Amino acid sequence: MSGVNSGLIVTNLSVNFGAVNAIHDLSFKIFPGELVALIGANGAGKSTLIRTLSGLVAASEGDAQWNGSSLLGHKPEELVRQGIVHISEGRSVIPELTVSENLALGGLWRRDKSDVAVALRETLEIFPALSSRLTQRADSLSGGERQMLAIGRALISRPQLLLLDEPSLGLAPLIIEEIFRVINQLRKQFGLTVLLVEQNARSALKIADRGLILNLGVLVGSGASAELVADPQLAATYLGF
Amino acid sequence: MFIDTLLIGVSSGAIYSLMALALVLVWRSTRVVNFAQSGQAVFSTYIGYEITVRTHNYWISLPLAILFGAILGSAVDFFFLRFLASRAKIGPAAEIAPVIATLGLLGLLQSLLGLIWGNAFLQYASPLSAKGFTFGSHTIPFSPQNLFIVIAAAAVLLFFGIIFKYTGLGLALRAASFQPEIAQLAGVRVSRVRNIGWAFAGATGAVAGAVITPTSTLSPNSLDLLFVSGFIAAVIGGLDSLVGAVVGGLVLGVGFSFILQYIGNSVTFLVGFIILMFVLLVRPRGIFGRKLGRHA
Repeated sequence: MSGVNSGLIVTNLSVNFGAVNAIHDLSFKIFPGELVALIGANGAGKSTLIRTLSGLVAASEGDAQWNGSSLLGHKPEELVRQGIVHISEGRSVIPELTVSENLALGGLWRRDKSDVAVALRETLEIFPALSSRLTQRADSLSGGERQMLAIGRALISRPQLLLLDEPSLGLAPLIIEEIFRVINQLRKQFGLTVLLVEQNARSALKIADRGLILNLGVLVGSGASAELVADPQLAATYLGF
Repeated sequence: MFIDTLLIGVSSGAIYSLMALALVLVWRSTRVVNFAQSGQAVFSTYIGYEITVRTHNYWISLPLAILFGAILGSAVDFFFLRFLASRAKIGPAAEIAPVIATLGLLGLLQSLLGLIWGNAFLQYASPLSAKGFTFGSHTIPFSPQNLFIVIAAAAVLLFFGIIFKYTGLGLALRAASFQPEIAQLAGVRVSRVRNIGWAFAGATGAVAGAVITPTSTLSPNSLDLLFVSGFIAAVIGGLDSLVGAVVGGLVLGVGFSFILQYIGNSVTFLVGFIILMFVLLVRPRGIFGRKLGRHA
């Protein structure tokens, strides 16, 4: 895991939708175990990047590798089997299914059913609010609980790389704080590598080791979280402080 | 008289339910109304017929016809619709192409059947009597074959009930039909699961064709009217709901039976279309349909 190829390496990645250049010549690296926040305004290309990494969107140029093998050209369901799990924007749960069915989806493809059971137990320990709601439909949950369910389902897949798209979207400040605390706890507990896409720059940089700032599909800044927050020009232009 | 009419209604309703179920299974997996459904079902029935010609055994022909129906359903998705979807991706054609394509496929399948077996009315014989049960001196118009139709439909429903409620495959099928993208991100192999949905639908149509045909005759178009009733039943039920398809089928079957008994043959089909129009106007999502526009 500690070779030069380990972690997530994105090189000269471009994504076009017809004539629109959503992501342009993007390169960055995330080391194993790192939590990196990808910051930017609406339309900066954050979601496009994360959807490209998880196989939902096709790249036009460049490459993205996880531990030495390219992610591009694979379907999301195959990347999940390689430990790359994308929790999509909003609450990434299936509202028509129950809480327990949503969790079961995360382990459906796994052969090691005894470890699925272990992962389920761990998940319910991390999110005790879910354990009393197992038979309820997911659309009966609050926004924060749905986000926890989405993360819980991902955990049952035993991910290595977690791609989180705007987990704070539409949540109350206290809930956001709780979600971010849990994300930080999980990456320590399970040694996860996390790419956290956020508009909520301040909360994201609080738990992130580093930040990347994306504007109109181009990387305009990167550095340790503390440095980014301290840079007055960056902070004013992109972080909205 | 009332009981007789009800029994006949349940028997034909069971067939409508199966046809509706086949349509709903495809709709849920691919969002396509499969107009080729009756062609696939009748093709499977011809296979069953051909096997009885060679083996003289209906009970051997039945499972093989169902198996053929499943394979044909899977093949229609894999070689036809998936290919089409990869070609017609954008624009108004992408929306309409699959529906037109299934209509074309219906014509193709039925012409092919005519070429192979001719257009004559064939007898697909079942060992079960088509004569009604007799109680004392009263013979009711409900035969052992009718009873078998109801049992077969109930068995299919029980099968799907267990699959959808208690198995991982059922969970994957539901997830893929409700939210394909989220299902994919959770690791569900959505296109494979959809293909299984098509196979299930094909098998269900084959059951309908193979159990109803012994009560009348077999020709390339012999299941078309059943398909129309199945379609009405599916729309009544909401097109998205398996339970709705079954209830819709039974309501329609019993309704038709009573109209036939007390009003007459000439209006039955008319009533079917009036019900269809009424449901579409008053409750377009059907009785069991999900609310639309829930998700942003």
